[in-house]
Amino acid sequence: MKKMKSNIALSESGFVFNPNTGESFTLNPVGQQLFEMIREGQDYQSIRKKFLEIYEVEDSIFEKDYEDFVHLLHSYQMMEPDEQA
Amino acid sequence: MTAKKRYERPAIKRLEAQMPNKFGLRTAYVPMTHVDGVAVKDLLKEHGSPLFVISERTIREKYQEAKQAFTNRYPRVQFAWSYKTNYLNAVCNIFHQEGSWAEVVSGFEYDKALANGIDPRLIIFNGPDKHEEDLRIAILNDSLIHIDHLEELYSIIRLADELSKRPRVAIRVNMDTGVFPIWDRFGFNYENGQAWDALNKIMRSGKLELTGLHCHIGTFMLSPSAYGVAALKLADLALGLQQRYNHEIKYIDMGGGFPSGNTLKGAFLPGTDTNPGFDALAEAITTPLVNSNFPANKMPLLILETGRALVDEAGYLLGTVISNKRSSTGKRITIIDVGVNLLFTSFWYDHKISPAQSFSNYTEETMLYGPLCMNIDVVRENAVLPLLNKGDQFVIHHVGAYDMTQWMQFITLRPRVLLIDMEGRAHIIRQRETLESISQYESVPEHLKKIAP
Repeated sequence: MKKMKSNIALSESGFVFNPNTGESFTLNPVGQQLFEMIREGQDYQSIRKKFLEIYEVEDSIFEKDYEDFVHLLHSYQMMEPDEQA
Repeated sequence: MTAKKRYERPAIKRLEAQMPNKFGLRTAYVPMTHVDGVAVKDLLKEHGSPLFVISERTIREKYQEAKQAFTNRYPRVQFAWSYKTNYLNAVCNIFHQEGSWAEVVSGFEYDKALANGIDPRLIIFNGPDKHEEDLRIAILNDSLIHIDHLEELYSIIRLADELSKRPRVAIRVNMDTGVFPIWDRFGFNYENGQAWDALNKIMRSGKLELTGLHCHIGTFMLSPSAYGVAALKLADLALGLQQRYNHEIKYIDMGGGFPSGNTLKGAFLPGTDTNPGFDALAEAITTPLVNSNFPANKMPLLILETGRALVDEAGYLLGTVISNKRSSTGKRITIIDVGVNLLFTSFWYDHKISPAQSFSNYTEETMLYGPLCMNIDVVRENAVLPLLNKGDQFVIHHVGAYDMTQWMQFITLRPRVLLIDMEGRAHIIRQRETLESISQYESVPEHLKKIAP
């Protein structure tokens, strides 16, 4: 499961601060919603179900966008390393 | 059941600690949903993507704006439509209806102008490669021939004898106008005396009618003062002819090279800010002529061959997003169905691109690649755009000049071109290419017709 580092700060208006690197980020509204769900520890299947309910988006497109978003969170050092199998 | 919300890609953007640019932080991106009142999505649905669209209204308005700027300042002005800029017949005929002559640079363009019905005496024949047969026809038709080099001059003198005609000619003059680079590959140089030498040869031959002087000092010229220098030098030559031979030049042709609203690669400011505008160009060109020693009742006709500035902003290229991906360094890449095969000018412009549907204010930097399986197919190296998805539509601005003449039938076929007329009706003015239309120029030798062993 994808797990976000516990010290990543998010403001109500979508600003993110990563104390590990000192960097700040902005999120668009959809990004903020996804960010919050990942931070809460929700797994991909529950996030996917929720997004497909709320948004007019194809399953395959959301999956691609989700993977891209999580990949960026990794590259910005906001995620815990993936658990080894 | 409640309607689902519009989806936008989830996005996270790092805030860069750097100097803000002088335009501040852009938070809004205005979509372009219609071209001259016709919906982009309807045009693409009916005619396919990508699609060139030309606004007749914009052409006519630009022409009138340019004409007004010059006729306000100079008594006798004539425009000649630069065929190489856009020689779709419908486009040429709009300019001819407005009163433009034709300016052509090859036998092919010359024939095109004739086929469009222009009076051959109103065709200006420029360029360094006029074939003997082209010259023969132009002389017989009494067209205006602008001589590029001495070999051409001698050919015309010979043909004048052969055809028992007195061809109407001008010479193209190149010169130092204070801008770099000097376009000295065309015509005869002013500073080193080549131009004066050629004029003397014409006058002493007694076989040609020297009607004008021509220059074309560069392309996308952002300094009006350079035109002022050029006008002064042509006036000097004209007055020299008057003094030495008592010969009156009928016209001074200042060529083209006026910039459009496009933004050159590497430019600090957008093209809409750097373009001096027709009034400044007209002021720079006409002031030296008005102040010269031409008799007030014998001012030469001022000819202008500007192409880009009149048609670039009338052209739009509509297209669709194919895919999004990331480069190895994490940079956003957007693949669109418009490539450098259609947008040749993307090699030197950073084209303005607008989404054709509404988006949130969130934008991202992206690299725009075309659809060609070739590494050179880069439409924009860095564009700030909303979060585009597969199937989203967009409009590329300022593509009326050169894109529909320099485009390439490469890898894929060229699309339709539409004209939106003054009443908002769409007309197909060039059909999309087909395999048959391209293959008709090929032939396969008999022994290669069967590929099975």
